[in-house]
Amino acid sequence: MRSPYLRRSRILISAIVFICFFVVFVDFTHLIPSKYINILLYLQFIPSLIKFYDLRTLAAAGFAAILILTLLTGRSYCSFLCPLGIGQDLNSRIGGRIRKKFRRYGYKKPFTIIRYTILAATLTVTIVWGIYLVTLLDPFSIFGRFMTFFAKPVVLLINNFLAGVLNRFDVYTLTHIPVTGYQLPAYSIPLFFLVLIFGLSLTKGRLYCNMICPVGTLLGLLSKVSILRIRINETKCSKCGLCSVRCKSSCIDFLKRHVDVSRCVNCFNCIDVCPDKAFSYGVVKIRKKEVKPDQERRKFIAGSLALLFGLPFISRAQEKNIPVPAKASTVKESRTCPVCPPGAGSLDDFNKLCTACSLCITACPNKVLQPALLQYGAKGMMQPVMDYNKSFCTYNCTVCTEICPTYALRPLALEAKKLTRIGKAIFIKDNCIVKTEKTACGACSEACPTKAVYMIPYEGNLLIPETNTEICIGCGHCEYACPTIPYKAIFVDGLPVHEAARKPEIREAETAVPEDFPF
Amino acid sequence: MKRREFIRRSGVAGVAAGAALSIGRYGEIWAAPPSRAKYDMVALMGGAPDAMFDLGIQELGGLGVFVKKGQKVLVKPNIGWDVVPELAANTNPLLVKRIIEHCFKAGAKEVYVFDHTCDNWVNCYRTSGIEQAAKDAGARVVPGNSEKYYQEIVIPGGVRLKKAKVHELVLSTDVFINVPILKDHSSTRLTCALKNMMGVVWDRGYWHSNNLNQCIADYAMFEKKPALNIIDCYNVMVKNGPKGVSREDVVQMKSLIITPDWVAGDTAAAKMLGLQTEKIEHITIAHKTGLGNLNLDALNIRRIKM
Repeated sequence: MRSPYLRRSRILISAIVFICFFVVFVDFTHLIPSKYINILLYLQFIPSLIKFYDLRTLAAAGFAAILILTLLTGRSYCSFLCPLGIGQDLNSRIGGRIRKKFRRYGYKKPFTIIRYTILAATLTVTIVWGIYLVTLLDPFSIFGRFMTFFAKPVVLLINNFLAGVLNRFDVYTLTHIPVTGYQLPAYSIPLFFLVLIFGLSLTKGRLYCNMICPVGTLLGLLSKVSILRIRINETKCSKCGLCSVRCKSSCIDFLKRHVDVSRCVNCFNCIDVCPDKAFSYGVVKIRKKEVKPDQERRKFIAGSLALLFGLPFISRAQEKNIPVPAKASTVKESRTCPVCPPGAGSLDDFNKLCTACSLCITACPNKVLQPALLQYGAKGMMQPVMDYNKSFCTYNCTVCTEICPTYALRPLALEAKKLTRIGKAIFIKDNCIVKTEKTACGACSEACPTKAVYMIPYEGNLLIPETNTEICIGCGHCEYACPTIPYKAIFVDGLPVHEAARKPEIREAETAVPEDFPF
Repeated sequence: MKRREFIRRSGVAGVAAGAALSIGRYGEIWAAPPSRAKYDMVALMGGAPDAMFDLGIQELGGLGVFVKKGQKVLVKPNIGWDVVPELAANTNPLLVKRIIEHCFKAGAKEVYVFDHTCDNWVNCYRTSGIEQAAKDAGARVVPGNSEKYYQEIVIPGGVRLKKAKVHELVLSTDVFINVPILKDHSSTRLTCALKNMMGVVWDRGYWHSNNLNQCIADYAMFEKKPALNIIDCYNVMVKNGPKGVSREDVVQMKSLIITPDWVAGDTAAAKMLGLQTEKIEHITIAHKTGLGNLNLDALNIRRIKM
């Protein structure tokens, strides 16, 4: 097939995919229902793979579809479905507009050692230790973080500007939404990758995908045996080299008339650009292969083995960073355990499955989910953690559990979520306004959705809080509402394993309906 | 005018008048004083929220007494919680809707509705049913979620609360109508008209940590006071307030209190809950400061049972 529609359809489909993901991540009005987001997420390779590991059902078998697609067509995923890849194409295009030089790529040798080492490292680390490297390198998660950390604030600023103008004319269809941001260190990793990927894609096309991305490398290995691929008709080719110049993956060696399929992402630019019409995309004819030892495979296996044996030691050293519950003390809040979001089940399960794509962080209507720094230890960096200083968990909300691409947060029905205890409120009487100031407060009890924090008589006419942890679910509204500084008089300590809370006791009201006006 | 035409016209007019009379409830028309016979308070019992307001405001001479033609009106209900109307944590949407309709009938140019909510504001506006009700009646529903909407004001004479940031609409509108719902409250014992003002300021935490009751009374000194307080006592949360946990916290009292005097309004409302006014400090402080009258016996109260 040599049709120009190949390239055009690639551009069209990838544009749709990119816009959809962009909208999902910057959607600050929470317009898009979770079920549509889940359809989009189905074909994202790493999220789907992790979800499948957890669920083992067809409902999470999108990754298998990607594998089959790759075996049939090569690395179409990278050009058509991967939002990070599409974003890079967009950036390359901009780069090409800025300087013509940026548009000329030319053939480069593959970074074989680097890419297979990274793939091997990712695989082994994940199997032996945990999800750490996947979190760092999964293209979907990287894209998610870019959107959440950098694109969304820009969109919000634009919205706020427009809202300001409209509000002046008494129109309140757009509303001002405070741009809050996260703690500065949380930006370090996303910023590093932003600079890296932005820089590489601006001038070097798909170099990131072919040198670093483990998904790209894995699919590249599969595409070596794919059925459909780019071919060069040697009789037509005049070796003009235009294809090499325009190849984003720098994988066409025009002198040898050879395409490195492991790096080709099916962008079809070569088909379009070739003046000799020598390029086509179709079923490959099996040529006689020279039998020579596969250097790449050997390096891959050697690298994997080295990492396999080396990593347990590294991982053991890291284990110490996992927070261990300790005994609570008074006055200064002593937090023994971070609060992880509802649906996580337990800290361990959650840390194992979350790739820190930040989708829940951007979707949380209350902004209580914040990227973790070291709350979960080094390996849980950037994973979402409940920050009750910033906000609290809305009682009637299950959004994060509905959209988690990897099932690190499993879906919870609203009624179940209302009875899921993710932490326990602890009251520090010595910090409480009622005791220190001898004035009424009760902000905590006011906010509590289950009345696990209630008021009992104190000196004089005053009432002071008391907690009933049996019915507390750890939503953090009390901690958020508590006005004391620097230490809160009530705070929520996380639970390493989430529990079932008791239902609040329901008693009939004793107040009678007045028959007549009591005044 | 020819005689024949005169007869015909007067006949039509007579039929029209008779039809009008047969639709309306007679007694009320004659009972409603044509002049502005003002009561200090109108209390109603036994009707639907909107019907009680219709009758009650008529007793006060209609909303036109408070809202003039071409004015901008702020209607401030309690929309603090992400809770359905039956649980009575927020003002009854039917009542809010009817009040807005009366505002427009009185010639209001624009009616605004907002609250600085405790739960997520988008959810509160939606779940409470107030956003829909207000929009149906033609009001503008305005957010209160961002500090940007709040402007600093000074409260001369404030004991603990000397400055506050209030929503710009409080300052930019001509008439302020306070529409609280009566509820039990975990620390101030009751939340009603005076305490509803916590929803027009930005920093509530300051109030909580600086003598809550004093701050509530202090804010009542601010010059931009409600022209009217319409206290929703239809469904009343009698325990577990101000958010409530279940339907069992709510008692249907089917009542409504309308008064320009919010101290009197809160006092009457406290009695509905069976509370002693002396225990509710912000009411007693506000009374002592001269912001209203808690001696209901001294007031001219119109009581209506429907």
